[in-house]
Amino acid sequence: MRPDSGRSRAVLILLVLASVTIITLDARHDTSGSPVDPLRSAVGSVLGPVEDGASTALHPLTSIPDHFGNVDALRHDNAALQTRIDTLTTRLRAEQANNQRNVELNRIGQFAAVQDYDVVPAQVIAMGPAQSFSRTVTIDAGRQQGVVPDLTVINGEGLVGRVIAANATTATVLLIVDRDSTVGGRLSRSMELGFLTGDGSLSGTGALELSLVDHSVSPHVGDEVVSWGSHNHAPYLPGVPIGKVVSVHSSPADLTQTAQIRPYVDFSSLDVVGVVVRAGQAAATNLAGGVSR
Amino acid sequence: MTAALRALAVAALVIVTVALQLSVFSHFSIDGVVPDLALLVVVGAALVRGPGYGALVGFAAGLVLDLAPPADDTAGRWALALVVVGYLTGLARHEGRQSVVGTVLVVAAGAFIGTSLFALSGLVLGEPGVTVASAVGVIPVAVLYDVVLTPLVVPFVLFLFRRLEPAETWS
Repeated sequence: MRPDSGRSRAVLILLVLASVTIITLDARHDTSGSPVDPLRSAVGSVLGPVEDGASTALHPLTSIPDHFGNVDALRHDNAALQTRIDTLTTRLRAEQANNQRNVELNRIGQFAAVQDYDVVPAQVIAMGPAQSFSRTVTIDAGRQQGVVPDLTVINGEGLVGRVIAANATTATVLLIVDRDSTVGGRLSRSMELGFLTGDGSLSGTGALELSLVDHSVSPHVGDEVVSWGSHNHAPYLPGVPIGKVVSVHSSPADLTQTAQIRPYVDFSSLDVVGVVVRAGQAAATNLAGGVSR
Repeated sequence: MTAALRALAVAALVIVTVALQLSVFSHFSIDGVVPDLALLVVVGAALVRGPGYGALVGFAAGLVLDLAPPADDTAGRWALALVVVGYLTGLARHEGRQSVVGTVLVVAAGAFIGTSLFALSGLVLGEPGVTVASAVGVIPVAVLYDVVLTPLVVPFVLFLFRRLEPAETWS
């Protein structure tokens, strides 16, 4: 046994007793004021500032766990924000397309207003595949919107085609560039009549061939062609711009002269179209004028 | 260095340690368990100076812990626990002096005794929130945390107390 072990034991006993005494003093006065309270407040007034200082001085250190704790939250936030960015980007792109569509719709609207048409706006939702060898598109307006077969379909540039079939909510439009399509056309300058046939080109903007009825008349490059119009406006309204003459051919074997027409409508990027469900007064007069001539 | 200065230095060390434990290390809690820095200081003191001194430092550190601001449980419980820890770990002074493993074992034992005694006194006094189940959940974590911090804290504490040690007790 070491010489100081007795003293140590005495210290131990003394301190344990002291601790127990403090516990007893404090515990007995749990609710009312404890004799330890002044001591507590004294230590508090010393340690409070020290704790405060330590906490402030070591804040960069103590924020490390928050850092790690936050990584998950940040990751979560990041994922959420990324999703939001994607959504907004998509919406922005859609917005640009929508703007384009609005411009197109406005042009159709203006065109319809000038001609006094009632137009059902529709969007091209499908294009017939090149494998089917026809130039048809599906639009998202059908019988519920008043779209029935043989109505004229236009867009801001001019004549698009005619409705050949209509379901409840969709309709099929035969484009004028289809090989099966024949449109009565009129050279706007000379008022000569002819027939426009699609060249059936399956891609690109497509082209039309105009055969004039009067063999003696030769069309000029740059002449505009508008629709001639059919009986009761079906399938084609009169006076709808179709395209411009880009070249003229005359074949000796064939007595007629043919002209190559570039349509105003870009058939490869059709988007918003209008189905003319009712031709107004202006169109009727137009038609009447056409007939009287 | 006079005895009074030494006592003052130890008091300052204890106060700073308790302040660090309460304000800084509470941010590094594991399920609310904060490393017992004060206990590590007591163990360090006891390992350098023996059981009597260990008990004394334990009493001082425990009392400060009991009275320091966020504490509102019965005062004296940490004092009692750390007195015993200081004394018992002081007894291990000669056995575990140089060996790292020995030091770690002493710290582990001290941490276990300290937290257990504190929990036990709480049970005896019927302190709110102290149950056997909660003690069983908290004590192993506390011991583990103290052991993990031992290599970072204890060598520094040992160095400090060796510097403070009066020359005549070198053995």
